[in-house]
Amino acid sequence: MNKTTYQKAWFFVLPVVALVAFNALIPLMTVVNYSVQETFGDNVFFWEGVKWFEDVLNSERFHASLLRQLMFTGIILAIEIPLGVAIALTMPKKGPWVSVCLVFMAMPLLIPWNVVGAMWNIFALPDIGLLGHAINGMGIEYNFTRQPFAAWFTTVLMDVWHWTSLVVLLAYAGLRSIPEDYYQAAKIDGAKPWAVFLHIQLPKMKRVLTIAILLRFMDSFMIYTEPFVLTGGGPGNSTTFLSIDLVKVALGQFDLGPAAAMSLIYFLIVLLVCWVFYTLMMKDEDQ
Amino acid sequence: MTLALKNVVKRVGADTHIYDTSVELVSNQFNILLGTTLAGKTTLMQLIAGLEKPTSGEVWFGGKNVTGVPVQKRNVSYVHQQFINYPHFSVFENIASPLRVARFSKADIEQRVGRVADLLKLTPMLGRNPSELSGGQQQRTALARALVKDADVVLLDEPLANLDYKLREELRDELPKLFQDRDCTVVYATTEPIEALLLGGYCATMNEGRITQFGETAAVYRRPFDLLTAQVFSDPPINIAEVTLNDGRFALNDQVGWATARANLTNGSYRMAVRPHFVTLEPSSEDSIKLEGQVLVAELSGSESVVHFEVDGLSWVSQSPGIHAIEVGKTTEFYLDKTQCMYFGENDQLMAA
Repeated sequence: MNKTTYQKAWFFVLPVVALVAFNALIPLMTVVNYSVQETFGDNVFFWEGVKWFEDVLNSERFHASLLRQLMFTGIILAIEIPLGVAIALTMPKKGPWVSVCLVFMAMPLLIPWNVVGAMWNIFALPDIGLLGHAINGMGIEYNFTRQPFAAWFTTVLMDVWHWTSLVVLLAYAGLRSIPEDYYQAAKIDGAKPWAVFLHIQLPKMKRVLTIAILLRFMDSFMIYTEPFVLTGGGPGNSTTFLSIDLVKVALGQFDLGPAAAMSLIYFLIVLLVCWVFYTLMMKDEDQ
Repeated sequence: MTLALKNVVKRVGADTHIYDTSVELVSNQFNILLGTTLAGKTTLMQLIAGLEKPTSGEVWFGGKNVTGVPVQKRNVSYVHQQFINYPHFSVFENIASPLRVARFSKADIEQRVGRVADLLKLTPMLGRNPSELSGGQQQRTALARALVKDADVVLLDEPLANLDYKLREELRDELPKLFQDRDCTVVYATTEPIEALLLGGYCATMNEGRITQFGETAAVYRRPFDLLTAQVFSDPPINIAEVTLNDGRFALNDQVGWATARANLTNGSYRMAVRPHFVTLEPSSEDSIKLEGQVLVAELSGSESVVHFEVDGLSWVSQSPGIHAIEVGKTTEFYLDKTQCMYFGENDQLMAA
């Protein structure tokens, strides 16, 4: 077989190469550049090797914010995925209420992130906020600007309110694609509702749930705007997640080297987790 | 076990899906529901299964009224047109699922599944997932699930419709054997008259939510009580023409007519129906009546020639064995076997056949 090569074809991919270079490759390489050097401004750089990486990986501060980040992501996934599936299961399958439910579900998703943060900030204020006031009114002392637990509770609640809808919509789409015949077949076999969920609905939703978990993992792992507006990372450092910490290091302290190293480690964690998770979930699909 | 429907009506909103239907199906036999899509076959099967509740009327299983009994307590099995299997269960687990729900012992399950798998040639596939099987094997798995249960009523809703031609023939031959020595009533829905004839047993022809006739398949085919049944039970569509009887002679038009010895018919006009394979390109006997018509469409189907032609503005279908070269637009001679004509009188009831 003779293979003909058309060198001209390179011209057609050039625009994409340029675009990717400008919005991903060059910024990423700039970060790599900063991560191995020390700079005092004026474009003067000194080679540092892997020093910043070692510093970051050994810093207790990084460990603490990574742990907070993992805890936050773990908690919201554990709440939002089952809750989203449960809501999707109770939504009507047909009739005029379908569109009403879908519109209501989509609403939180349409609100800009900083607005969500500001809304919940006011909502949760202990003196004038509806939520804060109500909780205090029940005799429970609640002040998210002072108590770490209250700050976490409010942040998690805000994220659940903001993003469970996404899981609901994806799970609902997955449920709707199951033909009625499956339910009939299960009914004839005498399967209980729990068995129908376990053996028909869940396996049929596997793909959309994989996507939902991936999206929620990535978004929550990189969360910045909402907790920044709501708590500013406080009280103390109690809600300082990775990205908030990163911004503090990079722009607050202007430690560009450690910040760059931290960004790369952060990026690799997200990439690795997504890859491992996706490979595991899709393992049987490819057979 | 006898299965009877008594004055069953099914309405959904303003639409009536099944009109007042009473029928007693025959035990240990294939009971075929024959009709086009939307004739009500699936609705009727779902009413029998208990997946749907009749608006009024009763369903009886072996002398017991089961109208309000939920599907899982009726001991029925159901095979859908689309192969339905549990996606993440192996073939073995799929077949075993009704037994697991019914809490059979482990040894019992293995023995039963093994026997059914053997019967349906699924033994080498037992460890695989349904997604790794071909369409035919997936449908066999669904059939195995229906068989393993020893259900009183087995409902097969166009089980072969999604299979390719060869597999369909193969499974169709096997089906009656599978149910041969089982004590169950089989209800089988199909859109194809030929399938009904090949399966034999008993047949209910259905049209727009009504059973037009129920009886032995061959008898329904040979002596349809009315024109509608004849139409439902014919593929290609049956030929229908107005004829007038005058003193022992039927006249189709000014030129074509034939003498009849039927003394029971009074003079007047009738609707005559004749199946396409009794209108041929060559005379089949000396009783054949010559028709001259203009060819509209000619098609070959297997080893048969199907020709649509027109006589005095009325279109006819002819089906002849062998492959013939037919020119479209040309006036051609066709031969009608007059002994095979059916005559329908008032209300399209059969008067003579």
